[in-house]
Amino acid sequence: MAEKEVLIEVKDLKKYFNVGKKAVLKAVDGVNFKIYKGETLGLVGESGCGKTTCGKTVMGLYEATGGQVIFDGVDIHSLNRKEKKEFTKRAQIIFQDPYSSLNPRMTVEDIIGEGIDIHGLYKGEERRKRIHHLLELVGLNKEHAMRFPHEFSGGQRQRIGIARALAIEPEFIVCDEPISALDVSIQAQVVNLLIKLQKDLGLTYLFIAHDLSMVKHISDRVGVMYLGNMVEFASSDELYAEPLHPYTKALMSAIPIPDPQAEKSKKRIPIQGEIPSPINPKPGCRFATRCKYATEECKQITPELKEVLPGHYVACHRTEELNQ
Amino acid sequence: MMGEKILEVKDLNVSFHTYAGISHAVRGVDFYLNKGETLAIVGESGCGKTVTSKAIMGLLPTPQSQIKRDDGSAILFHGENLLEYSEKQMTEIRGSKISMIFQDPMTSLNPTMKIGDQIMESILIHQNVTKEEAKKQALQMLELVKIPNAEQRMKQYPFEFSGGMRQRAMIAVALACKPEVLIADEPTTALDVTIQAQIMDLIGELQKELNMAVILVTHDLGVVASVADRIQVMYAGKIIERGTVDEIFYHSAHPYTRALLNSVPKIHTNNKETLYSLKGTPPDLINPPAGCSFAPRCEYGMKICRQRYPDVTTFSDSQQCSCWLHHPKADVSGLPEGMIRRG
Amino acid sequence: MVENQKKIIEENIPLTDDLFQRVGTKGLSGEDIGKKSLTYWADVWRRFHSNKMATLGLILLILVVILLFVGPIISGKDYQFINASIKNTLPNSEYWFGTDDMGRDLFTRVCVGGRISIYIGLCCTLVMFVIGALVGALAGLKGGIVDDLIMRCCEFIGNLPYLIIVVILSMVMGRSLFSLVFAMSLTAWVGTARMVRGQILQIKEQDYVQAAKALGADTGRIIIKHLLPNTLGIIMVDITMSVPGFIFSEAFLSYIGLGVRPPETSWGALASAGQQQLMFYPYQLFFPCLLIIITILSFHLIGDGLSDALDPKLRQ
Repeated sequence: MAEKEVLIEVKDLKKYFNVGKKAVLKAVDGVNFKIYKGETLGLVGESGCGKTTCGKTVMGLYEATGGQVIFDGVDIHSLNRKEKKEFTKRAQIIFQDPYSSLNPRMTVEDIIGEGIDIHGLYKGEERRKRIHHLLELVGLNKEHAMRFPHEFSGGQRQRIGIARALAIEPEFIVCDEPISALDVSIQAQVVNLLIKLQKDLGLTYLFIAHDLSMVKHISDRVGVMYLGNMVEFASSDELYAEPLHPYTKALMSAIPIPDPQAEKSKKRIPIQGEIPSPINPKPGCRFATRCKYATEECKQITPELKEVLPGHYVACHRTEELNQ
Repeated sequence: MMGEKILEVKDLNVSFHTYAGISHAVRGVDFYLNKGETLAIVGESGCGKTVTSKAIMGLLPTPQSQIKRDDGSAILFHGENLLEYSEKQMTEIRGSKISMIFQDPMTSLNPTMKIGDQIMESILIHQNVTKEEAKKQALQMLELVKIPNAEQRMKQYPFEFSGGMRQRAMIAVALACKPEVLIADEPTTALDVTIQAQIMDLIGELQKELNMAVILVTHDLGVVASVADRIQVMYAGKIIERGTVDEIFYHSAHPYTRALLNSVPKIHTNNKETLYSLKGTPPDLINPPAGCSFAPRCEYGMKICRQRYPDVTTFSDSQQCSCWLHHPKADVSGLPEGMIRRG
Repeated sequence: MVENQKKIIEENIPLTDDLFQRVGTKGLSGEDIGKKSLTYWADVWRRFHSNKMATLGLILLILVVILLFVGPIISGKDYQFINASIKNTLPNSEYWFGTDDMGRDLFTRVCVGGRISIYIGLCCTLVMFVIGALVGALAGLKGGIVDDLIMRCCEFIGNLPYLIIVVILSMVMGRSLFSLVFAMSLTAWVGTARMVRGQILQIKEQDYVQAAKALGADTGRIIIKHLLPNTLGIIMVDITMSVPGFIFSEAFLSYIGLGVRPPETSWGALASAGQQQLMFYPYQLFFPCLLIIITILSFHLIGDGLSDALDPKLRQ
């Protein structure tokens, strides 16, 4: 474990949005994690938990309200313009919606070539060759280069988005719910492609999704977010085999299993109510309003993310007594 | 569960006029629904599952879409052909006998009307009751779908509800007149897993309580596994396989069904092998390929598959499949175990 | 029908052993995306073309423009030539639209006046578009205080009484074509600016703009490659819809005597002159008005057709 090289370290990252007078939406509120070179870190949580905001802040698309994102030893939020452009060459993002992420007025060639043009990597014939190579890499062919996005299906568009991110040979890619908008049989195509590319090109991923089974499949380690906080963080196998936080437990048990018999024997931990608003959240554990184990302490003091088992972090005051 | 047939769809064909040509969204679909059972229609986007359910409700957009009407085609509800009903007759049935809930509650709830009024409206249209009585029933409905503080919630507008609450409210509107058939079109797709579980439980409970038949339209096999009695799988506007839940999950006979099942990672096992993935994308329904529509993506495809649509092979009372691999002459080498059953 | 024929053909295929040979997905990539479809603008043109009224508008407009430029040549008359002996002649084979109260050929005058009217319409639209698009884009992109400031300015200018400005300006700057164009476009760009700002605000949040940012694109590139091409459609509709407005305003201003000064003429000035003879020689009012109506109608038809053709909802 110790020999692994840290590529990104996120320290106490905060991202607030002002949504009105005295109303602050705390989308990400003090998140810490490290991403090692060559691994996939999964980030799961329900809608509104701040996982996408977290990913975009790590990419520098949003200014951080507080905290640091240290990429290869440098805080990316302290970079000047030129350094930032250099950083974009090393870190890229894949978006959720394959329909709004491609400019409808540009050909596929220009979409994929955009990064190449911005950074002046290749010109003329070399540029074309590179684009054709990228198209083949994602399972399309060069005849598709002169077409427009609306001619492609969702899965194909998503792969064009992947080719665009790969065009400038980044080391790190934020995958922001890349499969949520796709059909089941197409999801597998895209996930397999991402895994293959990681092996071939040595990429590092931050994989954001709400589909827990896919996250488990692709990730080495997984962080569970709830209302802007990280509540649990562990290796993916461990997290799914032995979740410790009450929220993670409920989340895991709510996943429908495509197997009628397993589904019948499964015991579900019901969870009451819905996620409260992230605007001006109350102090204390964010999950306390829905947690049946919540005590007075939970409502007053925000629990820290503590290492309970080696490599397994939980933010809950009652972890030990509840998991005897 | 040998109930009586409450709804029967016979040779349903729906086509849409688009500027690129005529798109055959549903091509000869037959099925039935028994009283009190849950039938799941599973398929990917564009396979015709939503169009089928909207056709039953008579909710297809009229100038653009066309339902084939000839001797063989019918949607029989208690033996009466809904295709021959006038718009007025359909309005009477819609909401009172057959109801539908949608993926996005925001599009089917009126944003400028109070929730309570919306439930009451449905009751007042279909039942001969006083306003007081309707209000009482509406309140009962909201309590039935487990919306807390129902009395106050009656006076609120949809935007004051959260996603899951809105879905509950929409279910309350749909069930206000205690319909015999509920069509749920992707009812939980827009919701988070924990909320999804709550809503699916709710639909199941209400089904028992009201003795409704449910048609569950979804792309998510996980949801289907726990609630459905029977499943039919659609691909490119046709039903390619149908059977009971166990038959579909453990003995599926169509390569597409198998592919769907295998492309979902198994969360309770610890293997990280490559997911099974289908090549390519579903066909264009404006110009569907000759023969079996799945042939261009099927690794076991034969020459015949690209020329002629397979006949239905029947395995049991409930399981049927349209695939050439079940023909005696078919090349069955290398097929997954248990897929071919002869005899 | 096609489905049924296909079914019959399919059913006649004999089930020979050979047909049961496995071919898998050989020869098919499964990634075929159908025949090459049209580019966005070709598609817009196709839809515009299939709209009969819009095509009619376009043809009418082209005919009017040809008439304005070729008309005086074929009539062979000078629009300023006064011939008192033939004043107020009814339309005949020599003078197609008749003559006015000074014996000038009305057909030639309508053609020459029309050039000025359309010229003013186009000039004003151009000024309106350039200023409006720039200001709107700036407000939409920068946001915050800049946006607030610009929008308040827009509201102020938009609320100035238009007629008073024209009167004051024509007093200060003298009555010339330039001052007329200046006065008319001074307040008109506000609407364009608002519209462009709204569009930019919408597109700015699209993922492809974020993707370009993530790729390291600077603001200039984002404007030129992403924002402009995606607002162009709406701007085009706005342009075609405002040309007739300006032509009409010019006609109105000339009619009340604030517009073009004699000996120059325009449709508005001609209509104004014709109105004085309305009781005895109604044709003098009829012909300039007819041309105004045809031109404005054709611009509106084209604008309607364009906005239908550009509507993304109709796009599959």
